[in-house]
Amino acid sequence: MTARTDKIDKLAQHTARSDAGVSLAAAAWRRLRRNPVFLLGAAIVVAFVVLALLAPLLAPHDPAEPMLGDQVVRARNEIPPSQPGHPLGGDQVGRDLLSRLLVGAQQTLLVGVLATLIGLAGGLVLGTLAGALSGWVDTVVMRVVDVMLSIPGLLLAVSIGSLFAQPNQYTVILAVAIVQIPVFARLLRGSMLAQRHSDHVLAARALGVRERAIVFRHMLPNSLGPVIVQATLVLAIAIIEAAGLSFLGLGNPDDRLPEWGQMLGQAQNVIDSHPELAFWPAGCIVVVALGFTLVGESLREALDPKSRR
Amino acid sequence: MTDTLVEVQDIKVHFPIKRGVVLDRTVGYVYAVDGVDLAIRRGETYGLVGESGCGKSTLGRAMLKLTEPTAGRVVFDGIDLSAMKGEPLRTMRRRMQMVFQDPMSSLDPRQSVESILVEGMRAHGLDTDRQATAKRLRSLLSSVGLPSTSLRRYPHEFSGGQRQRIGIARALTVEPELIVADEPVSALDVSVQAQVINLLEDLQQEFGLTYLVIAHDLAVVRHISDRVGVMYLGGLVEEAPSDLLYAEPLHPYTRALFSAVPVPDPIVEDRRERILLAGDLPSPARPPAGCRFHTRCPWRQRQRCDTERPALREIAPGHRVACHYAEDIRAGKIRPHAVEPELVEQDVTGGIGPDDPLAGPASVTEALGP
Amino acid sequence: MALLEVRDLKVEFRRRGEEPVRAVDGVSFDVQPGQTVGLVGESGCGKSVTALTIMGLLPKRGPHVSGSARFDATELLSLSDRQMRDRRGRDLGMVFQDPLSSLNPVVPIGLQVTEVLERHRGMSRRQATVEAADLLDKVGIPDPRRRLDEYPHQLSGGMRQRALIAIALACRPRLLIADEPTTALDVTIQAQILALLANLVRDTETALIMITHDLGVVAGLCDEVNVLYAGRVVERAKRHDLFAIPRHPYTHGLLSSIPRLDAPRGDRLSPITGSVADNIPWTTGCAFAPRCPNALDVCVEVTPEMTDDVGVPDNRSLRCHNPVERAKRDGEALV
Repeated sequence: MTARTDKIDKLAQHTARSDAGVSLAAAAWRRLRRNPVFLLGAAIVVAFVVLALLAPLLAPHDPAEPMLGDQVVRARNEIPPSQPGHPLGGDQVGRDLLSRLLVGAQQTLLVGVLATLIGLAGGLVLGTLAGALSGWVDTVVMRVVDVMLSIPGLLLAVSIGSLFAQPNQYTVILAVAIVQIPVFARLLRGSMLAQRHSDHVLAARALGVRERAIVFRHMLPNSLGPVIVQATLVLAIAIIEAAGLSFLGLGNPDDRLPEWGQMLGQAQNVIDSHPELAFWPAGCIVVVALGFTLVGESLREALDPKSRR
Repeated sequence: MTDTLVEVQDIKVHFPIKRGVVLDRTVGYVYAVDGVDLAIRRGETYGLVGESGCGKSTLGRAMLKLTEPTAGRVVFDGIDLSAMKGEPLRTMRRRMQMVFQDPMSSLDPRQSVESILVEGMRAHGLDTDRQATAKRLRSLLSSVGLPSTSLRRYPHEFSGGQRQRIGIARALTVEPELIVADEPVSALDVSVQAQVINLLEDLQQEFGLTYLVIAHDLAVVRHISDRVGVMYLGGLVEEAPSDLLYAEPLHPYTRALFSAVPVPDPIVEDRRERILLAGDLPSPARPPAGCRFHTRCPWRQRQRCDTERPALREIAPGHRVACHYAEDIRAGKIRPHAVEPELVEQDVTGGIGPDDPLAGPASVTEALGP
Repeated sequence: MALLEVRDLKVEFRRRGEEPVRAVDGVSFDVQPGQTVGLVGESGCGKSVTALTIMGLLPKRGPHVSGSARFDATELLSLSDRQMRDRRGRDLGMVFQDPLSSLNPVVPIGLQVTEVLERHRGMSRRQATVEAADLLDKVGIPDPRRRLDEYPHQLSGGMRQRALIAIALACRPRLLIADEPTTALDVTIQAQILALLANLVRDTETALIMITHDLGVVAGLCDEVNVLYAGRVVERAKRHDLFAIPRHPYTHGLLSSIPRLDAPRGDRLSPITGSVADNIPWTTGCAFAPRCPNALDVCVEVTPEMTDDVGVPDNRSLRCHNPVERAKRDGEALV
């Protein structure tokens, strides 16, 4: 008898998980860690963030100082080439390109993150209101959101951006952020409604849990998954849209602190003779956007309830 | 009656069918529950059985005021819940709880078992003393047969049967008097079903609970219930003590239902005479006139069955039937005859699902067709 | 000779980064022409995967299949996709649990039946339409001519299942596999469909494999019953024998844990303890041992083999070191 139970216990221990309990987030993380797509995306994102944060230390030169200005010859369209100390050469006014890219990463990250956070915050408020209160609040909010969604994103951002008399870094961020609000709001409201009709919310209501606690403890946290995924994707979109605004001349006119979109916009003047000036910031934008998209997609996959055991 | 714990009087739940692009307008109703009277005595187990779309789940939810009844009264322990709202109703909820069919979806996947169990206690101010709460949680877990190490775990780490135990423990945390169990075992494997059924019986003994058990499985209901009510298309067609109902089902629908349940015994199966019902359940959005069952009833008589809806009447002590000809059928004066199946235009949802109290207007709209 | 001979069928699913899962772990059984055979077990016992493997309907990538499934002396497992498709049209038919998802939602019912008739029985469109209406009538769909033009969503669940049976029978298969055909249906509709299946296999002499978790369904329908547990057959017997004297502790446990409609109220059920999560691998002994009231030390040391059961007079096979004694069934429950 004891021999048998011992053996069963031993076999059981083999397969049993620890007593600690694995939350959903922890389980998703376990899956993510094994996903090469996520690892690649995360590597790009981490590299980008580290470079951006350390940019002032890493940048070999002052990005605003035209130290190679004597090599710029406007008449012959000459721009400082790659040389010792300046591996990527200089830009059209002779500033060190590598330093500008590095510091540009910082500005781009700032734009992307702030725009996404503002958009997320706005979307959370509107989405929670619509999803939690339903009724006429829901109807009004959703109609406004639908109208905003019916306008193409970049067009809307351009319209908002051109409303400001003096464009600067923060008008760009605001324009890009406002465009994202309806996306987040609609997404959150949709998953809040699904939660409202779920059994566990009904169970909480049957228990006599207060309505506010039901909204903030059950409906909202369980609705956030898709919103978080969307946020990583929006980060990529925000960077691209901010670049678009800069490119169209609605960006920050002050180029002492470079930003990739702005660099790309300024490079268009010399794109015939010096495509590499456009290539570097454009390539960086593509790679970083790809990184965030990969992370977002693999997060979506990992949080998908169907993949749960 | 003094020993009645909960009672519903002529309760109706009609879900509006809405359609329209900008402004919704109501184009009809789904008569999910359409005039039911029943009373559950303190300490008994009342079983409610019927097929999908008969309104049994909606009735259970209306009794707990989780779905607002369209008409009728719900009286719990002498207190009329019909007009009750907000804080008083929330406080009342402590006394009546629910156990769900799908143990996974009824537990918040983000909550640990401890937080699931504490939530209800906190909502009713029962968790004042930390040590007492911890002690109570441990004793509850052992009552439902879960190890005390479960507290720190999450629902997805448990098997189906264990999750259902968590759901039952959650209902018990607030010391309810009534538990409405909606299909408590139908999502579980056969070998685990019996564990949960036994558990429900044990807990009733231990805590003096009153149950309303809603199920489609007649054998489960008969096993667990003192009295059984049979529902068909939003109405109660028969009600009797469990053994009596099995010994002498009087309503033609109950008879057909009993004869349709397969019994795991070849000898019984070979001998039995089946009453095969023709056709499908009519849509609850357009219930037939007269007796709701007349379109499929092998005992249907001309005229009266088609036009007059039979009331639930007491035919023997404790045995209520809604059939005009129950006595004649019992006496064998009326013989069953063949029924031509009537075409039932199908809702896309296949009727209003029991888990679908707000079965999307979209789908029901479809049902009405152009 | 048997119509279908399944021998030592194993199906293993391998997913990247996870332990391989053996869904079917050496299943063997026979189906004689015209016979109705039941595969009974709980979710995860491998009954559905067995059926899909026989039908050649497993996804191409992922599962690893070994063993043999011979249909009328042809090895099904080594047929090419095309040959298998042809077989499925002519000799093998299948009915699934969820009729809505196994019917094509955008094609009228009639066309789904005539398609099969035209392709596999070489009928003209006109002949096929007549035959299709006939088939729908035979499976008890009222007003079949009108129904031919309707789409699956316009039919009720029971009617859809009938339509699916009509499609499966269109080519007069010699073997029909029904995978939980009534699980999604209400009891009164279930009774209709079971009666229909029973009549059809009797009239057309089609062999039927009935896959179900419901012992009640098996009791009324099957000639021979295979009880599956954790991917293996643990007991095989004729219908009456199995229910009269369940020998495997699992079968016995299942039967005593089901509430019976004809049992008086107040009888306590004797559930099987634990859940399938407690299983041990077959390689280290009997998978059921941790939940088994009859378990001996040998049960966790030696893998039990499928042998003829000498403890009872009937012709039955059993995979158990310590089967349930005959007397125990009627008396006090085990445990």
